[in-house]
Amino acid sequence: MGFLQKLKAGLKKTKAGFVDKVTNIFTGRSNIDDQLFEELEEVLIQADVGVKTTFTLIDKLKEDVDNEEVTEPEELMSYFQKELKELLQNDEGDFNFNNELNIIMMVGVNGAGKTTTIAKLAGRYKKEGKKVMLAAGDTFRAGAIEQLQIWGDRLGVNVISQQEGSDAAAVAYDAIQSAKAKDVDLLIVDTAGRLHTQTNLMKELKKVKRVIEREAEAIGAGVEVLLVLDATTGQNAISQAKLFNQAVNVDGVALTKLDGTAKGGIVITVKNELDIPIKLIGVGEAAEDLQNFDPEQFIEALFSQDE
Amino acid sequence: MIFSSLAEKLQDTFNKLKGKGKLSEKDVKAALKEVKMALLEADVNYKVVKDFIKKIEERAVGNEVMESLTPGQHVIKIVNEEMQALMGGSKEDIAISSEPPTIIMMVGLQGSGKTTSAGKLARKLDKDGKNPLLVAGDVYRPAAIRQLQVLGERLDLPVFSMGDDSNPVDIAKGSINYASSHNCDTIILDTAGRLHIDQEMMEELESIKAAVDPDEILLVVDAMTGQDAVNVAKNFDQRLDVDGIVLTKMDGDARGGAALSIKAITGKPIKFAGTGEKLADLETFHPDRMSSRILGMGDVLSLIEKA
Ligand SMILES: Nc1nc2c(ncn2[C@@H]2O[C@H](COP(=O)(O)OP(=O)(O)OP(=O)(O)O)[C@@H](O)[C@H]2O)c(=O)[nH]1
Ligand SMILES: Nc1nc2c(ncn2[C@@H]2O[C@H](COP(=O)(O)OP(=O)(O)OP(=O)(O)O)[C@@H](O)[C@H]2O)c(=O)[nH]1
Ligand SMILES: [Mg+2]
Ligand SMILES: [Mg+2]
Repeated sequence: MGFLQKLKAGLKKTKAGFVDKVTNIFTGRSNIDDQLFEELEEVLIQADVGVKTTFTLIDKLKEDVDNEEVTEPEELMSYFQKELKELLQNDEGDFNFNNELNIIMMVGVNGAGKTTTIAKLAGRYKKEGKKVMLAAGDTFRAGAIEQLQIWGDRLGVNVISQQEGSDAAAVAYDAIQSAKAKDVDLLIVDTAGRLHTQTNLMKELKKVKRVIEREAEAIGAGVEVLLVLDATTGQNAISQAKLFNQAVNVDGVALTKLDGTAKGGIVITVKNELDIPIKLIGVGEAAEDLQNFDPEQFIEALFSQDE
Repeated sequence: MIFSSLAEKLQDTFNKLKGKGKLSEKDVKAALKEVKMALLEADVNYKVVKDFIKKIEERAVGNEVMESLTPGQHVIKIVNEEMQALMGGSKEDIAISSEPPTIIMMVGLQGSGKTTSAGKLARKLDKDGKNPLLVAGDVYRPAAIRQLQVLGERLDLPVFSMGDDSNPVDIAKGSINYASSHNCDTIILDTAGRLHIDQEMMEELESIKAAVDPDEILLVVDAMTGQDAVNVAKNFDQRLDVDGIVLTKMDGDARGGAALSIKAITGKPIKFAGTGEKLADLETFHPDRMSSRILGMGDVLSLIEKA
C-alpha cells in the first residue's frame, strides 16, 4: 500500500464520508432550525470534540446566522468548515531543524504511543538522511528499554541506554554528550509513561527537561517537547495537555491511533484552549505509519462515517 | 473543584425556576440539561446519555420532584439510583474452572493495559493460593514477551513463551501442556493489542478462543477512553462474548464515563479496576463509587440523605 493510501485507509476518510454525515445535516433540510444544531451537536460530541467546544462552535454558527444573514443550511456548512479550520490552523510546520543538534523529548500518559512514535520519527528522519539517535529514558516500565532497543536495531539507529531503574535525567545527559560527539542531527529522548496527576513523576519529568535544556544550551542545540495523545482518549486529554504543559512546556502534540474508529476531536479543544499545535498523527503500529497533521484532512476524517 | 458542582448547579437551576412559582414539566426537563452536560463531560457516550436522560425524565416529571423543596437533590437521587441500576450491583469475581486449568484471556486495544493487568491478576491469584502461569501471546509488539517475563520475575511466577516466531494459537495450546506439567492451575494469556476493526487480528482472537475455550475473557479498557468506548466494547463482545471488563488507569483524574457506556452497551460487568502501574494496584470494582465519580460528586450519598 502506498503512503497516502495507507493514511486514507487508516483514517477511513473519503470525501463521501464528509458528504454523508455532515452534508446530510446541512442539506437534508430547507431551514436552519434547532434540529440542525442538535444533529451537529451529536456529531461533534461523538467525535470527542467535547461539550464546551461543541457549544462554542454552535454559538458561533448561530452568530453567523444572525450577523451574516445566512439563511441557507448549505451556506452555513461552509461557515462551519471555516470555523473549524481556523481553530486548527498551525502556521508553525512540524519541526525546526535549525541547529546542529536537535533534541525532541517525548512525553505523555501510559500507553499513549510515545515509544512507537519515536520509532516512526526516527525512521522518517533517517530516511531523509539525518543522523538519528535515541535515548532510552523510560527506565521504569518492564521491557521499555528493550522495546526501544528493538526499534533501534530494526531502523539501524543508535540507542543510548542504562540499566532499568537508573536515573532518566542521567540517561538524557549521557545521550546528549554522545550525540554531540557523534555529530548526530536528531536525538529523541523517550520518557516513562505517567499520569499527569502524579506529582512526583511530573517533578521527575521536569528534572529531565531541565537537564536537557541546560546541556542543549551549552552546545547550542534546539529542544522541542512533544506530547503524545491517544485519539481514543476523551475529555481527559485536556487535563493531560494542561498539566504536561505546565510541567515541561509542550511545543506540539502527536495524536496517535487515528487508524481506529476514534476521531480524536479533543485536540480541537487542546489547540483552542492551550494553543498547542497538533503536529503529527499516528495511523498504525509500523514505522511508516506517521503523517504530518493537516487540518483539512483531519476535519474530513472527523466526520467520516465508520465502516 | 468540580466535586458536587452538579448538585449545586441543579439546585441553582431549580431555585431560579422556582422563583416563578410551582415547577412545571418543562422546568424539570430544562434542569435535566445539567445532568446531560455532566454525563457528556464525563465521556459517557452520547446515545447512552440520551437514553439515560429519557429514563430520568420519566421518573422526575412527577409530583415528587415538582413539589419537592429540594428538587435538585431529588433529581440527583433518581440519577444515582438509575445509574446504580445500570452499572450493576455487587462486585463479581472470575470464574474458576472445576477442572484445571482455569484459562483467563486478556484482550483489548493497544496500550490499554493488558500485559500489566495480566501481571496484576497473576499476583492476586497467587495470593489467593492458586498457581498461575503467565503466557506470552503477543508476538507482535517489540519486547512484549520481555515485558511479561520481567513481570513474571518480579512476582516469582512462571512465564510460558514460544518466542515471537510462533503463532498465538499454538502458544495458547502449548501453554495448557506446560501448565499441567508444571503444576499450574490457572493460565493467564496475554494477547497483542489490536483495533476492534482489524479483521485479521480479531479473527486471531476468535481462533485462540476456539482452540483453548477460555473460562474468562477479560476486555481491558482504559478509563480515559472517550466516545469510542462503545464501538470498541461492542466489537470485542460480539466477536468473543467477553465475560467482564478491567478498567485501567483509574488512578488518574478521568471521570470514567466509558464504564457506564460499556455496561449499557454490552451488559457485561466491570470486574476489576487498575489503580496504578505497580503489580499490587488492582482493585475490585465498586459500581457505587463509580457513579459518584462520573457525576463529579465526592459523596452522592450524603447529598441524598439531605433530600
Ligand atoms: N493502532 C495503532 N497503534 C499504535 C499507534 N501508536 C502506537 N500504537 C500501539 O500502542 C501501544 C502502546 O504504544 P507505545 O509506543 O509502547 O506507548 P508508550 O506511550 O510508549 O507506552 P508506555 O511507555 O508504556 O507509557 C503499542 O501496542 C503500539 O504498537 C497508532 O498510531 N495506531
Ligand atoms: N497509571 C496506571 N498505569 C497503568 C495501569 N495499567 C497499566 N498501566 C500502564 O499503561 C501502559 C500500558 O500498559 P501495558 O500493560 O503495556 O498495555 P497493553 O495493553 O499490554 O499494551 P499493548 O500490548 O501494547 O497493546 C504501561 O505504561 C503500564 O505501566 C494503571 O492501572 N494505572
Ligand atoms: Mg514507552
Ligand atoms: Mg501488552
